[in-house]
Amino acid sequence: MPHHITPTRLAVALPVIMLALVAFWPALFSSQNPLTGLPAEYLTAPSSHHWFGTDQFGRDVFARVVYGSFSTLSSAVLAVGVSLLLAIPAGLLAGLGNPRIERAIRACADIVLSIPEIFLSLSIITLIGPGAIHVALAVGISQTAGFVRMIHTEVARVQATEYMEAAIGIGGTFSQVVLRHVLPNSLAPALALASLRLGTAILAISTICFLGYGPPPPTPEWGLMITEGRDYLSTAWWITTFPGLAIIFSAWTASLVSHALRSTP
Amino acid sequence: MIRYLFTRFLHAIFVLWGAFTLSFVLLQVMPGDAVLVKFQDPELGLSPQQIADMRATYGADESAITQYVHVLGRTLHGNLGYSIETGLPVGQMLHATYPTTLRLAIVSFVGALVLATICCALAILLSGSPVGRYLAAAIGAIPGITSGIPVFWLEIVAIQLVSFHWKLIPVVGLSGWSAVLLPGLALAIPISAPLAQVFMAAAHRVETLPFIDVLRARGVSPLRILYAHILPNALPPTLTVSGLVFGEILAGAVVTETVFGLDGLGQLAQQAVASQDVAVLQAIILISVSGFVSIGFASEIIQPLLDPRIGRSARQRKY
Repeated sequence: MPHHITPTRLAVALPVIMLALVAFWPALFSSQNPLTGLPAEYLTAPSSHHWFGTDQFGRDVFARVVYGSFSTLSSAVLAVGVSLLLAIPAGLLAGLGNPRIERAIRACADIVLSIPEIFLSLSIITLIGPGAIHVALAVGISQTAGFVRMIHTEVARVQATEYMEAAIGIGGTFSQVVLRHVLPNSLAPALALASLRLGTAILAISTICFLGYGPPPPTPEWGLMITEGRDYLSTAWWITTFPGLAIIFSAWTASLVSHALRSTP
Repeated sequence: MIRYLFTRFLHAIFVLWGAFTLSFVLLQVMPGDAVLVKFQDPELGLSPQQIADMRATYGADESAITQYVHVLGRTLHGNLGYSIETGLPVGQMLHATYPTTLRLAIVSFVGALVLATICCALAILLSGSPVGRYLAAAIGAIPGITSGIPVFWLEIVAIQLVSFHWKLIPVVGLSGWSAVLLPGLALAIPISAPLAQVFMAAAHRVETLPFIDVLRARGVSPLRILYAHILPNALPPTLTVSGLVFGEILAGAVVTETVFGLDGLGQLAQQAVASQDVAVLQAIILISVSGFVSIGFASEIIQPLLDPRIGRSARQRKY
């Protein structure tokens, strides 16, 4: 993989760096408190003092969008991390184990994939209860089957290559071959999928939070902010509009990264 | 071919059974079964004896395996059990709610297909001219953005603009197809993204094939090449993502029906999660898996009819 900087890569890296900075260092972007507002300044339109206006409690919407990024983005990263953590061993086992294990894992993946992800994650939430981390776990587990299938296919592809034959031929042990050849070569497509699923995870998480199974108020969370701002939409469009745009921007960034990873040889 | 279809059918039945079992395991190992959750509320003033009787009525006091055999048996006889929240038969509740969701799904799927076709046609037509190339590239980037639009947000904004601000379609007092028009069209926008992506990729592939060059050389108009040759040839691969689209429509239905207050399967599922109504949730999962499996099965049958080349390779595919 070449490592020089091209304009396209820079264009993809900028929003990623920006989102990471906003999530980990919100104080850099907004000096206002996302939790307590000035009751006297409720529902004020966007101005130079409150860039995104204020909500029904007089809280600064810009500060809430900025501080809310950590909740949604870290949950999405956690969700995809959980999927990968579960899927890599299962995919390797399916690709390298005996045919019976392979069939069993593939059948399980088929079953899980047939259940719409939203119902799977809602069922898991019924089981473990609501909350920010629980939502991330539920979304992560629901997405795992797709990753298992993908990694399995990749492992099978790598196994059929000539360099694998050569690696085994020169006397490489099983674990050497797996660690040095199978894993690195099958992970690149898995990473492209992971960044794509980061976008769907952001959407799934904000949807579940919108339905009310995420962190409780007054936590700044994009989906929850949209629920809270719904009743004020006719008078204060800014409360719901800006968190929505934040979700679109992050999901779009994830799809850009995925596209860049796929088109890099 | 018949033998191949038969194995696919067996596989479909297996998937259905597996999904049933998985949902049973997921929902039955809940901490404190649903009957306890509902009737333990001190305000109801039920004695422990009454709760125990209630649990016996719903079969919640038996071991997990006995329950599993019992639930599987009655499901096979078409009895989906009783809702713990309302006490109604689940079958009756599903029967009352499925038409709304079906209408919503049809409106959003047709809308999404139309949007995807427009996107694709514009991208192909514009890519012919040097200036249009940039416009075509911009259109190609649209699905990447629309796929990231949260459905609930889009719908809240749509209600505000279309119903309250422009007063085009009212939100309340509608029934039948008119009730699902605005929600369906709003849902169609994010749903169209995966369709448009696959459609455009397939159309660009078809465009590079030699027979298109022959048609151009013979002086066939670009518009005719587009609608008579490129689009029909690009459509079959597009339909392969219909299973994915089905899942997205169902996920969209949960949110859409909540936002618009429609009585559909999605809202039923949402309420079932909120009240831990296991029987209802399980029945909805079962229905959606049957839908998913049937769509997969139907597309296996339709694909070779649309494109004879696929039929030939399907028989050789190892499964």
